[in-house]
Amino acid sequence: MADKNPFPGENNTGHIWDDNLRELNNPPPRWWMIAFWVSILWWIAYGIIYPMWPALPGGTGFTKGVTGWTAMKEYKEGVAEVQEVRAPFEKKIASMSAADILKDEGLAEYTVASAKVLFGDNCAACHGSGGQGGPGFPVLADDDWLYGGDINTIVQTITMGRKGMMPAKGGAELSAEEIDSLAKSIVAGKVTENPLFVAKGCIGCHGPDGKGMKPLGSANLTDQIFRFVPVNGETQLDSVKYTITHGVNFPGDPKSRVAEMPSFGDRLSENDIKKLAVYVYKLGGGQ
Amino acid sequence: MSDNQQTKRDAAIDALYEEAAHWELNTGGETIHAKRMPGRWRTRKWWADAFWLIFFFGPYLRWGDRQAVLFDIPNRQFHLFGVTVLPQDIWMLALLLLFFAILLAVVTAVVGRVWCGFFCFQTVWTDLFTWIEEKLEGPPAKRRKLDKAPMDFHKFRIKLIKHLLWLLIGFLTGVSFVAWFTDAYQLWYDIFTLNLSVVAASTIALFTAGTYGLAGFMREQVCFWLCPYARIQGVMVDNTTAVPTYDFHRGEPRGRIKKGQKDQNRKLGDCVDCGQCVAVCPTGVDIRHGQQEGCIMCALCIDACDAVMEKVGRPTGLIRYESLDELNGKETRPIYMRPRVWIYTAVLTLALAGIGYGLLSIDAIEIKVLHARQPLYVMQSDGSVQNKYTIKILNKLDQDVDVKISATGPKGLVLVGADKPVYAKRSKVTPRTLFVRVPRQNLTSETVPIVFHATGRTRDGKQFASERESVFIGPR
Repeated sequence: MADKNPFPGENNTGHIWDDNLRELNNPPPRWWMIAFWVSILWWIAYGIIYPMWPALPGGTGFTKGVTGWTAMKEYKEGVAEVQEVRAPFEKKIASMSAADILKDEGLAEYTVASAKVLFGDNCAACHGSGGQGGPGFPVLADDDWLYGGDINTIVQTITMGRKGMMPAKGGAELSAEEIDSLAKSIVAGKVTENPLFVAKGCIGCHGPDGKGMKPLGSANLTDQIFRFVPVNGETQLDSVKYTITHGVNFPGDPKSRVAEMPSFGDRLSENDIKKLAVYVYKLGGGQ
Repeated sequence: MSDNQQTKRDAAIDALYEEAAHWELNTGGETIHAKRMPGRWRTRKWWADAFWLIFFFGPYLRWGDRQAVLFDIPNRQFHLFGVTVLPQDIWMLALLLLFFAILLAVVTAVVGRVWCGFFCFQTVWTDLFTWIEEKLEGPPAKRRKLDKAPMDFHKFRIKLIKHLLWLLIGFLTGVSFVAWFTDAYQLWYDIFTLNLSVVAASTIALFTAGTYGLAGFMREQVCFWLCPYARIQGVMVDNTTAVPTYDFHRGEPRGRIKKGQKDQNRKLGDCVDCGQCVAVCPTGVDIRHGQQEGCIMCALCIDACDAVMEKVGRPTGLIRYESLDELNGKETRPIYMRPRVWIYTAVLTLALAGIGYGLLSIDAIEIKVLHARQPLYVMQSDGSVQNKYTIKILNKLDQDVDVKISATGPKGLVLVGADKPVYAKRSKVTPRTLFVRVPRQNLTSETVPIVFHATGRTRDGKQFASERESVFIGPR
């Protein structure tokens, strides 16, 4: 390095190599430097205001920041805000019956919106997310109800659960031909014209008109909707024959069909059950 | 290495450094104090500046019982005099943005950076700020002297007034901006009663600080280093674009006028190297270097040069609006013969037509039909097929109305849930869930079209209607 700067008047730093290669000093613009320092100040202020340094020695966890902000607190505030909006509706729902909620158009709209999650959590696993049912599980969106589709019955069904029973008729009671004959007339929707219907005592539960009895939950045999839809490539006729042969929930036949709706009375609050009843009613089949 | 070679190498290196030394990089180290000279373009610049008065005074116009132009974000409405645009019609905004983007392009292609030089808020606010500076501190030479002078009461007083005025303009800018988004009169009331919302207060604070910093201190640095448009606009300019240009054929070689020299004895060009064009430049560039990124094409150098030319008795227009092709004597095509202009104009017209169509054809109501997907259809006990729809009625009227819904589609169609009309609140979307039942034998295929109609009357008896096609889905 030279003692005297051989290139005076130039903004070099005095670092010169190979006689004339020199390092110039071109600082960034002032506004850039201001922005640079301001962003560092910002960072310091941020560290004071918000939690920043993790794993402090002495097991104190982390710096808490002067405002005491936490993500959890913010989340809880958000939830409280939502609940404040919901509170007047929820209060109204608590003081009304499901039938009254249904009559109040605005409240019913709120209920349907808020019960969607409840339905997804508690009902959709069996009945499908849109109430479309599934193999072995009833459709909630149609107009055919075993126990009745009015709002109070729906509340009762959710609260208490349902477990109907049909005895197995295969073997001793009905011959294969008789089962075949009955099943064919059921699929055609004309079971009442079959003499076996009365002769074999079907009439006792399914009624003289074959439309079922709501208090028992016996199926309507004359309409186009079947409680048990065919699975695995069988036909509707096969499915009906199976039901007649082995019954439903019949203790004497291990191959009997299983059809049980669990009770939700002890799992859900009264409010939630009301909401769900309104939701189910509004799926398309309420009566 | 021979001595001769060594000297050659040294000379080459020196030349390199020399080149770098002459490349002036304006990074704001020195405040540019531009001289103000009256002239044709200066006057036009004032008129262009005045365009921004709309920004300051527009919010105070009323239309009926509300603000004439209001971007009501909390309620998601945009009022434009008699028309109210809801978010559903926001596609018009896209066309509006397209219109302005192309307008920028077409203007730049024809006459250069008119936006930058005359209309840009950065230019206009800086112009206003420096005008105040000149009124308080005097012409550039005096300003430079004052900047260097030690702080005393006189300097402090002048500077204080200047900065307070700047801050006031910044504050008014912030208030005016916010006033487009909330009721302007209420805003002032809130300001005086210290009742401002956090959003309004912080927006005003941000604009005050932004205006003060950008127009007071950053100035041409914004055009040089921050603004993306500045660079984009440079790309749109070509050899046929008329821009403020120094006529180097006529001006060079430049040289000072010697006292007493006769004009006919002068062997130099018309440029008398007085430096006035540089003195008046708000970005501190020398137009005689040719087109450059720093030139915002404000044309103030034209005024300066013309004044000097008149003084020394030479024809004006040494610096003038001229394209590079014209300057070089090349044949130039008139504006209407240039495809670029044609294409831009076509896009402009399309965008305008779209906006016009949109504003004229805003319906009273608009319905949307959402077919339930889960399940797609439900079989009923009587053998009919049921589909579920959510009808969303958007009421664009200024009153709540009853809307009747009906449907046409396959034979035997039954609409359930539409007996009562839907009470549609104004400027809101009101949903209604409906069911449609069709006997299975009437379905000709898996999906058949179905049309929903919404009709009603306003309070003054005007009829309105809207319809929407959807599908009815049945089993295979």
